Amino acid sequence: MDEWKSGASLATLKLRAKLLAITRKFFADRGVLEVETAVLSRSVSTDVHLDPVNAFFGPTSNSQRFYLQTSPELQMKRLLAIGVGPIYQICKAFRGDPSTSRHNPEFTILEWYRPSFSLTQLMEEVEEFAEATIGCLKIPKYSYLEVFEGVIGLNPHKCSLEELEKFAHSRLDIAPIEIRFSEYLDLLMTEFIEPSLPEYCFLYDYPKCQAAMAVIENDSNGNQIARRFELYCKGVEIANGYFELTDPVEQLERLELDNVERSKKGLPKMPVDEKFLAALSAGIPKGSGVALGLDRLLMIMGKLEDIDSALAFSINRV
Amino acid sequence: MATYSTNEFKSGLKVLVDDEPCSILENEVVKPGKGQAFNRVKFRNLLNGRVWERTYKSGESIEAADVMETDMEYLYNDGEFWHFMKTDESYEQVAADKNAIREAENWLKEQDIYQVILWNDAPISVTAPNFIEMEVVETDPGLKGDTAQGGTKPAKLSSGAVVKVPLFINIGDVLRVDTRTGEYQNRVNK
Repeated sequence: MDEWKSGASLATLKLRAKLLAITRKFFADRGVLEVETAVLSRSVSTDVHLDPVNAFFGPTSNSQRFYLQTSPELQMKRLLAIGVGPIYQICKAFRGDPSTSRHNPEFTILEWYRPSFSLTQLMEEVEEFAEATIGCLKIPKYSYLEVFEGVIGLNPHKCSLEELEKFAHSRLDIAPIEIRFSEYLDLLMTEFIEPSLPEYCFLYDYPKCQAAMAVIENDSNGNQIARRFELYCKGVEIANGYFELTDPVEQLERLELDNVERSKKGLPKMPVDEKFLAALSAGIPKGSGVALGLDRLLMIMGKLEDIDSALAFSINRV
Repeated sequence: MATYSTNEFKSGLKVLVDDEPCSILENEVVKPGKGQAFNRVKFRNLLNGRVWERTYKSGESIEAADVMETDMEYLYNDGEFWHFMKTDESYEQVAADKNAIREAENWLKEQDIYQVILWNDAPISVTAPNFIEMEVVETDPGLKGDTAQGGTKPAKLSSGAVVKVPLFINIGDVLRVDTRTGEYQNRVNK
């Protein structure tokens, strides 16, 4: 391989520029303000499944520890708390998961917040954005419950760990190790549900244990659900949206719970972002927000098979 | 005991699965947007050749198998074991049993070099080179003049394997054979 060369072709580099231009026009037309927040931060997401990249000043790691952001979410919410109104950002985010054909540890996020929007309204706006960029019209929307019941035959909001376990082990050879409820949901999602999804679709109303930073409510059937959605394109998750949790007390509980989980897994605890919690206490407007992987969207626009060909220089070229 | 974590998995790695030595053929990380990642790993069991997939939670470790691939010269068969000798001038010998020889039995020729997989220093698999030259010991008489087209007949090679050959082949001819498919390639001029 000519390692000095870019992974993206000249045509793809131009397509990326076009995608950025379309994105900025899309939000300018809707009166959504472009913002920039800091990439380096003293605290970062506590999410158990996110593996942040550490950064230090100077030649040794003795200086104050910073993290490269795993997403701009917390700082953007701090802007919402000062009453900035609807905002969007295009930025780099960093997650130290192993690189795969669709994940590069450094990637470009498009994240936007819509104060006063319901989750449904935001899904509609994401749909409009998908139309403007990849030209797909009318994306079907399914609840997590209906696809899960359809493919697995279990109610993910009510079934037991044993039922998930039984299903998974009847279909897969799984190495003997403890797998928790939420992890089984992830496994069944990637192995059985994602391959059965139509080319484009939204999934919404996630199991409570996968709420992350979304509001948890009761649905009309009495299931406790997280007001969260994901946009799937060709079996790959492209966007992840929440009706945002704004209650600082519940938020702190969830962050602390993450750290308990991190300890159980032998992972380092993450400092809880006090400034973010202070912003929630000051009050942020109820509304919805979404993060979208622009590199993956570019892969779809350019019909690219590997994320390496969507980026100038993926991790293997730097 | 050495172990490999899932993020070190790559094709060719030799590991112990259910206490048996296996080679990783493919390793794919599967991960929902946010959530637990898993590795879908395709293995070949080196003892019996079985190929299958197993799912691991990312971050798990599995034990390395003390497996070595080495070139060895075939010496002889004593009725029960096939004996091979190392080519590193140590003249060290190993004896492979029927389970290790498997299909390679069809393609054994004394003094030829074979790839032998050793697990804890004992042979568990023998692989013939992709192409091997071997003499015909039994076949119907050759048809003169028919060197080009059509028709095949069975021919038995010195190893005992029977391959389909063109009609012009005679006893004593040396043939080049693809050991992966068992197909005749050409006659070798001696």
